[in-house]
Parts: sequence; C-alpha cells; structure tokens
Amino acid sequence: MQRERVQELIEQINQASSGAGRPIQLMEVCGTHTVNLFRSGVKSLLPAQIRLISGPGCPVCVTSQGYIDTACALATRSDVTICTYGDMVRVPGGNSSLEHRRSQGARVRVVYSARDAVAHAQANPDQKVVFLAVGFETTTPATAVAVKEAEAKKLDNFFVLSGHKLVIPAMATLLSAGEVVLDGFLCPGHVSIIIGAQAYEPIATEFHKPCVIAGFEPEQLFRGILHLVRQVNDGHSKVENVYSVAVTEPGNTQAQALIEDVFETTPVVWRAMGTIDRSGLQLKGKYQKYDALTHFKMEWGPDVEPPGCRCGDVIQGKLEPNKCGLFGNTCTPQYPIGPCMVSSEGTCAAWYKYGGYSHRVSDVTDPI
Amino acid sequence: MCLAVPGQIVEIKSTTDASGVGSVALVDFQGSRIEVNLAMTPQAQQGNWVLVHAGFALNVLNEEEAKETWEYLKMAGLDFDSGESDSA
Repeated sequence: MQRERVQELIEQINQASSGAGRPIQLMEVCGTHTVNLFRSGVKSLLPAQIRLISGPGCPVCVTSQGYIDTACALATRSDVTICTYGDMVRVPGGNSSLEHRRSQGARVRVVYSARDAVAHAQANPDQKVVFLAVGFETTTPATAVAVKEAEAKKLDNFFVLSGHKLVIPAMATLLSAGEVVLDGFLCPGHVSIIIGAQAYEPIATEFHKPCVIAGFEPEQLFRGILHLVRQVNDGHSKVENVYSVAVTEPGNTQAQALIEDVFETTPVVWRAMGTIDRSGLQLKGKYQKYDALTHFKMEWGPDVEPPGCRCGDVIQGKLEPNKCGLFGNTCTPQYPIGPCMVSSEGTCAAWYKYGGYSHRVSDVTDPI
Repeated sequence: MCLAVPGQIVEIKSTTDASGVGSVALVDFQGSRIEVNLAMTPQAQQGNWVLVHAGFALNVLNEEEAKETWEYLKMAGLDFDSGESDSA
C-alpha cells in the first residue's frame, strides 16, 4: 500500500520539479532524516534537479571540540564516572576521546536514558557521576527530569555537562550568513513533537524560506519534499506539517514546561560555526549545584578542529563529505577523524555507509 | 539521536516516579518491555501507544500510525532484532 502511495508521490515530485525550471536546493536539519534519506533510497529516487543537503542536525556533530575536551578532562579524574549516550564515546577530542580515556582506566558508561545516570549516581555514592547532556529539544526534557529526580532524591553526586542546543537559532544563523543557497527546510519530526510547528514561523516569515515538517518513513520524506517543491514553485514560504499524526501546532507543552523550569538559554559554541546567541541551554540558577562546569570549576576548551577535518563545513551544508580530503582515506567509520564520521547519524558516516564511498576519495564520483 | 520508537503501555506502574514529575509505565516494544517515564505525556493511559525516546514518551500515537511505523522499522532493519538500533 505504502509502495503505491510512494510511487505516486515520486511521480508528483517529478512533475512539480520539472516545472521549476531550475535546481531546487533543500536542507534537512535532522541526523535521523539524513540517515533515512540514504537508507531508504529516497535520495536516489529523486530527480536530479532536487538537491538535498544536510545541515546541522546531528547533535554529536555540532558539539564543539571544547565540549569533548572538557568531558575527556573530567573522565581522567579518579572520583568521576562519565555517563553518556553511545554516540559520544568515539568522538575524537584535541588529544583524546572518551573511548581512549576508558582504555586508560577512566570510568565511562554508556546509558540509554538520562535517568540511568541518576540511578548510577544513587547506587554509587562514592563516585561523582557526570552526565553528558547533548542533543536537541527531543532529548533535553529527559535531562530536565533527571535533574529534578536528582533533587528529589537529594543526590549530591550527580552532575550535568550541558551541551543541549536549540535547532531554530542554528537555522537562522545559516540563513543570515548567506553562504549556502537554500530553497527550503525539511524540518525534523521528533524535535518538532516538542517545539511544535509554530516554532518555525520566524524562518518562514522573516527569512522567507518554506519549512515542511516530516516523519521518517519514505512516504513521509517524499511527501515533505513534494510540499517543499510546490511551495518553491508557487513562491510561498510557509510552515507545513505533513507529520500531523505526531506533531501539533503548539508542540508538547508539558515537555516545554520541563525545559523552561530547569534550563535557560545561553550563547554556545557550535562546531566550526562559532558562538550562536541564545542557542544553547544551561541549568538555571536554582539547579546550578548540578552543573558540572560550576562544581568542578572548569571552563570550555577552545573549539579547534582536527587538521584537515572539514566537519564544520559539512554540518553547515557548505561541503559534501566526499570533497573533504580525509573522507574515505584517513577518515573512515573505523578510524574517524571528525564527529560526522563517528556518529551513526553523521553526514559523512551516512555517505560512507550508504553512498558506496568505500574507495579512496579520488575514485569517488559525485552521486547527486 | 532523536529517533523515537512506538510502544504500547502494558501497565502504569506508579503514578509519580522518583522525580516527582512523571508516572512510570511498562511499555511493550514488539515483545521487549521497558520502563518508560510519562512526564511529557501525563494523559497516557494503559493500552495507549506512545512514541518513546531515551526512556521517555514524547507523545501518544494512534494504533494505526504506531503499527505502520513498526512495519517501516522492520523493513529498514531498525527494529530491536537487527542489532542496529542506537542507544539514543
């Protein structure tokens, strides 16, 4: 059934895009979209005039080198246990990674949920447990609940190293910089469940870019792309939601209230994008005793990319992965240099895995 | 990282969890059962389908949508049996 609907959508996209009379460049800002566009074959079934580029949608990839280095520094302390989502473990920092630190004896635990980190802190009162809180709005409420749980349990050995970020300010920054020509955004499904369709209004009205929220299944992705192409053709720039079974106009207000209670916005460094005002989240004053930076009297390290690594350009859509000199040569999923090759949702990892780029970069041809 | 998976609430285990901000439910994912926090979905009831990310229900889904999502996850090799699902 879905196969028939998808076939029909592809035909409609072909028709709509041929009417555009020029290439249409769309950006997805969600790592899960990036992977599914490749994995499900959607990218390969689109007409040549539709170009999909990946934006800053992979939370691990946009996390600054300074954050990784701070996490590695904390991991070397004998009194600290790091609890982290799995994707962060192999990201190389300036001179180490959490995986490397673990091989040297550091306590680095992979957790499924922020609440697992709280449970670990409760069960191990002699250790200081630092939870690496990265991720966009989908993941932030979980950290908020973890902090509230630590407070309810009166734990004094649970801390959060907050690297949480907001999607909309990054989209606005990309558009303001004007270095990447974009016709519209394919907006993330699960982030949008939290922030709601209305959150994209400034992008549509102030920057005049169409925004279409889509889920992750092929039918959703094709439908989202079709709506974007039609808006481009019609000269519209509005917010559309083709994932209305999950995403509402106001979003999940309970989740928003949790974020609002525990966090406040702060300027934060995005990898290679510099500091973006009000794009990060830090713990509010009443929860500051859970802030790892405050407790351990630390500051973020500098954001310096590994030599030759172009992840910063890749996450801003300025460079396709196979144009990076390291791609497929010295940088592979097995021996990654930058985060975009480490994370399963990283653009480079997706190109390497699904794009057929297992050869040397010089042998690679542009697939689009 | 933001991938979420639908599951069905088998049982509401406690009305308030340790955080004081959400109840805890036992949720079935095609036979695997894990505890899920309902802080973001206080309206969820036993038998409801919820979309779960990192141990938290993001919203309540209708059954048809939930099952369709599972069909896709299986097709794409992202279900629990494939061994390819990420931790978060």
